[in-house]
Amino acid sequence: MSLSTMLASMGEGMLRTCLIFFLTLLFSLPLGMVIMFMRRSRILLIRGIAHILIAVLRGTPLMLQLLMWYFGPFYLFGWSIRGYRFTAIILGFSINYAAYFAEIYRGGFESISKGQYEAAEILGYSRVQTFFKIILPQVIKTILPSVTNEIITLVKDTSLAFTLAYNEMFSLAKQIAASQTSFMPFIIAGVFYFVANYAVAFGMERVEKALDYYH
Amino acid sequence: MILQMNGIQKSFGGLEVLKDISLHVDAGEVVSIIGPSGSGKSTLLRCATFLEKVDAGEITYMDTTAVRTGGDGHAVYLPHKELNSVKRYFGLVFQQFNLFPHYSVLKNVMDAPVHVQKRNKEEVREEAMAILKKMDLDTRADAYPCQLSGGQQQRVAIARALALKPAILFFDEPTSALDPELTGEVLKVIRQLAEEKMTMVVVTHEMPFARAVSNRVLFMDKGVVVEQGHPEDVFGDPQQERTRQFLRNYQR
Ligand SMILES: Nc1ncnc2c1ncn2[C@@H]1O[C@H](COP(=O)(O)OP(=O)(O)O)[C@@H](O)[C@H]1O
Ligand SMILES: [Mg+2]
Repeated sequence: MSLSTMLASMGEGMLRTCLIFFLTLLFSLPLGMVIMFMRRSRILLIRGIAHILIAVLRGTPLMLQLLMWYFGPFYLFGWSIRGYRFTAIILGFSINYAAYFAEIYRGGFESISKGQYEAAEILGYSRVQTFFKIILPQVIKTILPSVTNEIITLVKDTSLAFTLAYNEMFSLAKQIAASQTSFMPFIIAGVFYFVANYAVAFGMERVEKALDYYH
Repeated sequence: MILQMNGIQKSFGGLEVLKDISLHVDAGEVVSIIGPSGSGKSTLLRCATFLEKVDAGEITYMDTTAVRTGGDGHAVYLPHKELNSVKRYFGLVFQQFNLFPHYSVLKNVMDAPVHVQKRNKEEVREEAMAILKKMDLDTRADAYPCQLSGGQQQRVAIARALALKPAILFFDEPTSALDPELTGEVLKVIRQLAEEKMTMVVVTHEMPFARAVSNRVLFMDKGVVVEQGHPEDVFGDPQQERTRQFLRNYQR
């Protein structure tokens, strides 16, 4: 098998990897905000639920969570859902990452001084204005480095989708490596992850620079 | 009359911080509040500006009574919307400035008039620049708070409060977070406002300033107003032993 055919057959896997990556970010970034608000809720029950949820999601392997999402409906309820594999992957990834993002957000919000809220209140800003104009921009700046770390971890974690026999790039690399008795697919995979993470780091650094005008 | 507070009571847990305090401020008056740390001065300002809820008492701005004591002896506040329309009567300058760090000086001053009061942006910009000029900060309009000295930041905070055209401006120890050499520039600005007959209530430890600028001085201790009157009387001939003791400690 030539290098170009190898690349071609891995290409589709790369697309799938990218799809997992972007869909996970799309769902987990806002979902993390929801969990963070639950975590900071005034109602003890909601706070408790969020606390346990975060503890379980961060305290168990993502691989196990993926298996739970995929096989859970069948073993727990006897449901077999057609074409569920991809949904299970996105569910597992998004909810797991949302828990990590929730904790990052929480740290960000707690770093904002009470004085910012009070100044906004005295000046007459509504609660919505205070949140979006005053608080959130400062939170985003403080959490950016931690979010970058998490996104880089996600790039590498996408390979865990192989657990559910989903043919993303890493699974394909293993298959081709076995059938062709070649080491090349692993090198291609490594280069792919590296380049992707380099792009993420580069992009995030630009954003951090853009917010560097104050501290 | 701009502000009338009557029989204000406030406790934190079991701690009685304000015990039946009354405060009356007329238009154009400058009232200074002095007193030892922990006597409830900040709490009084925070109650006047609704950052804290009083337990009992009455607060009236202009002709709107925002808080009254209900039948059961507990304070009753106006509904949210009406309370908000009372909030436009006052501004508050904090000890720690609390500027918005992600906004430039000019945006700190302009943002609330434009986005809260929904006033015309160009008009607000002109006014904001005029206020900044008065604060001697017009050349720093594009700077960010982190690029300014503490004294400059506090002057921006004063400009930000003035831009909303409050009827009364509260100051909670506006110079206490500043290096000694920077207090002068902030006090000068407040003095200038006093000359323009801006109605102000200033909590301060700057005794010479309070004596020179205010029409009336309140001495607070342990949640009560121990003594109040004309600055020359309170500083020159205090009637209460506690006042004398406090002022003696300050002269040392
Ligand atoms: N949010 C709060 N919770 C509990 N105690 C408070 C709170 N705010 C102020 N206090 C207490 O109330 C008393 C008066 O505080 P404060 O009004 O800040 O005094 P001052 O401004 O005169 O120094 C102090 O004993 C302080 O510890
Ligand atoms: Mg105080």
